[in-house]
Amino acid sequence: MSLDHKNDAEFHASLIEEVLKAYPDKAQKKRSRHLSVAKPAEAPEEGGEQNLSECAVKSNIKSIPGVMTIRGCAYAGSKGVVWGPVKDMVHISHGPVGCGQYSWAQRRNYYTGTTGVDTFVTMQFTTDFQERDIVFGGDKKLEKVIDEINELFPLANGISVQSECPIGLIGDDIEAVARKKKSETGKTVVPVRCEGFRGVSQSLGHHIANDTIRDWVLDKSEREFEATDYDVTIIGDYNIGGDAWASRRLLEEMGLRVIGSWSGDGTLAELEQAPKAKLNLIHCYRSMNYICRHMEEKHGVPWTEYNLFGPTQIAQSLRHIASYFDDTIKEGAERVIAKYQPLVDAVISKYKPRLEGKTVMLYVGGLRPRHIVNAYDDLGMEIVGTGYEFAHNDDYQRTGHYVKEGTLIYDDVTGYELEKFIEQIRPNLVGSGIKEKYPVQKMGIPFRQMHSWDYSGPYHGYDGFAVFARDMDLAINNPVWDLFDAPWTKTEPLAVAAE
Amino acid sequence: MPQSAEKVLDHSLLFREPEYKEMFAKKRADMENMPAAEKVQETADWTKSWEYREKNFARESLSINPAKACQPLGAVFAAAGFEKTLSFVHGSQGCVAYYRSHLSRHFKEPCSAVSSSMTEDAAVFGGLNNMVEGLKNAYALYSPKMIAVSTTCMAEVIGDDLQSFIIGAKEKESVPQDFPVPFAHTPAFVGSHTTGYDNMLRGILEGFWANAEVTKNETINIVPGFDGFAVGNNRELKRILDLMGVEYTILSDVSDQFDTPSDGEFRMYDGGTTLEAAKNAVNAKATISLQQYCSTKTLQYAKSFDQETASFHYPMGVAATDEFLMKVSDITGKEIPEELRMERGRLVDAMADSQATLHGKTYAIYGDPDFVYAMARFVLEFGGEPRHCLATNGTKPWAKKMQALFDSSPFGAECKAYPGNDLWHMRSLLATEPTDFLIGNSHGKFLERDTGVPLIRLTFPIFDRHHHHRFPVWGYQGGLRVLVTLLDKAFDTLDAAGLEPGGDISFDLTR
Repeated sequence: MSLDHKNDAEFHASLIEEVLKAYPDKAQKKRSRHLSVAKPAEAPEEGGEQNLSECAVKSNIKSIPGVMTIRGCAYAGSKGVVWGPVKDMVHISHGPVGCGQYSWAQRRNYYTGTTGVDTFVTMQFTTDFQERDIVFGGDKKLEKVIDEINELFPLANGISVQSECPIGLIGDDIEAVARKKKSETGKTVVPVRCEGFRGVSQSLGHHIANDTIRDWVLDKSEREFEATDYDVTIIGDYNIGGDAWASRRLLEEMGLRVIGSWSGDGTLAELEQAPKAKLNLIHCYRSMNYICRHMEEKHGVPWTEYNLFGPTQIAQSLRHIASYFDDTIKEGAERVIAKYQPLVDAVISKYKPRLEGKTVMLYVGGLRPRHIVNAYDDLGMEIVGTGYEFAHNDDYQRTGHYVKEGTLIYDDVTGYELEKFIEQIRPNLVGSGIKEKYPVQKMGIPFRQMHSWDYSGPYHGYDGFAVFARDMDLAINNPVWDLFDAPWTKTEPLAVAAE
Repeated sequence: MPQSAEKVLDHSLLFREPEYKEMFAKKRADMENMPAAEKVQETADWTKSWEYREKNFARESLSINPAKACQPLGAVFAAAGFEKTLSFVHGSQGCVAYYRSHLSRHFKEPCSAVSSSMTEDAAVFGGLNNMVEGLKNAYALYSPKMIAVSTTCMAEVIGDDLQSFIIGAKEKESVPQDFPVPFAHTPAFVGSHTTGYDNMLRGILEGFWANAEVTKNETINIVPGFDGFAVGNNRELKRILDLMGVEYTILSDVSDQFDTPSDGEFRMYDGGTTLEAAKNAVNAKATISLQQYCSTKTLQYAKSFDQETASFHYPMGVAATDEFLMKVSDITGKEIPEELRMERGRLVDAMADSQATLHGKTYAIYGDPDFVYAMARFVLEFGGEPRHCLATNGTKPWAKKMQALFDSSPFGAECKAYPGNDLWHMRSLLATEPTDFLIGNSHGKFLERDTGVPLIRLTFPIFDRHHHHRFPVWGYQGGLRVLVTLLDKAFDTLDAAGLEPGGDISFDLTR
């Protein structure tokens, strides 16, 4: 079904030219800065790594009105991504009912615990603002809501207040409420000013959430914690479909002790413990690098990025992580890599022949558009286009480590652009989100949701790679894609077809 | 090692393997600082007690697991039912991503809508520029025939005036002067998604009818209301009206928009009420709403054009369908054809065949007020008891109406309506006064897990089951569908009870 073409820089450049024609002048000028074709990489600086390509586009800029951006908002970044998975706290969607409703239990952040008793991730707590709350302010209501939570959920270890748009506009003082309630009950209360109109995407919400961990959680607890030399924190893994668990297993198997999981399946205590780690490991750089930098500055905890998508990156990452520790851990890393090699070989020999040479276009959030590339590569698949909803400049720099020159790059892509690109390139697979899934599938192109793993997972770690390979195969090699054309609409006479 | 290439285990089995179980236990013991297991158990039991129920119902400010969404969702839904209409939601952009995702997850279909992407500067200076630029871009890129504008709570709080903004945008040639840009203010802090549906529908009609010369004709207008089963229901509705030979216009028909075929082409727009039909609908002799609580303002507006109005509560089951048909017949003078009488008889036949299974079973029901009313009414028809009827967006007058329904049947004696309550209240009700079944949406699965009351998914949103919305629940045929759904659950529950090893009890081949 797909065109047989290599990453054709010229072809991709012509596609960009083509889509831009549809825009009014002002919008055209703005959008042109966000679309590009990966260029040949420059020679690295002394001792630097050789990039595969150069993917610079403008990023982290306001979306244009009326173009169907796929982005969300700061609330989605804070409540939906960073804070929401912290399982032993109650997260209040503070404002009208909608935001909490639409983001309710939709990110598949798995966790252990008894929901409604000691853990609360898949519940929707809201102040459900009415007109009077807008007119008279919501602080009193928020106080009452916090009291009611403490009454009904005595085992909750803390509360966060996730602001929706009106809060910042009506001048409420949620910090004062938080301080007051904290002093009354001794329980952590975190006020988060993640109103949806702040910033340009989810990204500022991540940053604001990180800052509130810094200001309201770290260094605030008196709890004793025995540290060891092998302590690490998993940061920026939201345990979607159990990702953080598949990752944790590998780290523990190589001899490390994971003292916190941020924030998938994480608890308040695990947030508090992180400054005691020997090393912070960051999976989603975009959403949690801020707090890692802070812990490095303030607590002297070094941090490093890692990537557990696909065997190539897993092996590289485990060795890289081990390089921060002694031989016990280095040997542990080799032992783990060797242990799983037969599984890797079996997965690749089963699925690679079915997937080799297939082309993929990605459009995801702030990390996966580059992080997953090698996992596809391990299965013989090729990325022909990729882009981010809310990446910054440093993300596009890093993308050059992963994608080949000629790859189509699109930042904050609009519905119109993405549809046209897919229509023209006709890749064998598109990996994006729920809003893109059905339009793409109707074009007859296989699709996997790469935010939620399309209700599957885990995809991290060796256990996850097997699931990833299986899922890409079942998406691409399903017979349904051959049923799209009614036989009587085919051009050749039926008699010939029957022979 | 639990994982293998031969039999790939995903999350549903992988994390039950001993390696993972052990890892979870260790994490809890060493890292989590969570309460002891006994304490958790004790608290869990307490949350299911009468004492807790009283505390829970004493809540005044906190809403937990509400069964309602905000206005603009309803506005986007209503606008999607018009020919080549693009929803343009003025305010923060994240909201639109949410509406689109929410509707896509339920219908398993594309959902297109745009935002004016207002940010901090717009919060200070107002969103006029966003409107001007946004309408221009949306019109150029997506070639709609109409752009329906609604608002997020951000735009409402800062007080943007849609009417003057749209006039301003047209002056700046964002869209042609005669291009339809109806609008509705849809503040999220007033009412719910059903309010938004009503506001947007009225806004669209005002756009077409405001200065219309009315020449009365024999057609009737039908307002379906916000409905997760709209694809199946609207088609069933059209079939019934066609059988009767009625001339009608459905005001907002999403049945094609949320059910496009897979044939290689993505249709951003499909079907819907034509703009011509929407314009001409002002001449109708009557406007009938199938969901009263989704259409108060729309019906008022229709009334102002001397149209007869009538409204129903989601006509499901025998008597509710009877009433609807008789009203249509009454207004249009068209007789109810024999064919529909036969369909009615078949539904009654099915109910009679299965009455022993259904008689005396108790139900908890939640959802939008019209749905809850309809469901309770149908349950009473086959001798069930709708014990706990809850609508987060239900009002006191709704609860009164529910009470009148309960009072109309001996099966309603033990039943109560709960307006404004949420699913955490429902959890207390089910824990203290369990029913045989729970009827609701996908969110009910947590109640089912917590209380053991089997869930039947019959209303929006249904995220975790596929394609239910493609089949009607309205009318006699729809009634059959609902009946079979309830019976399947009842029989499955009965069979599950007979699975206990050590005998062959209650595991009957014929039921």
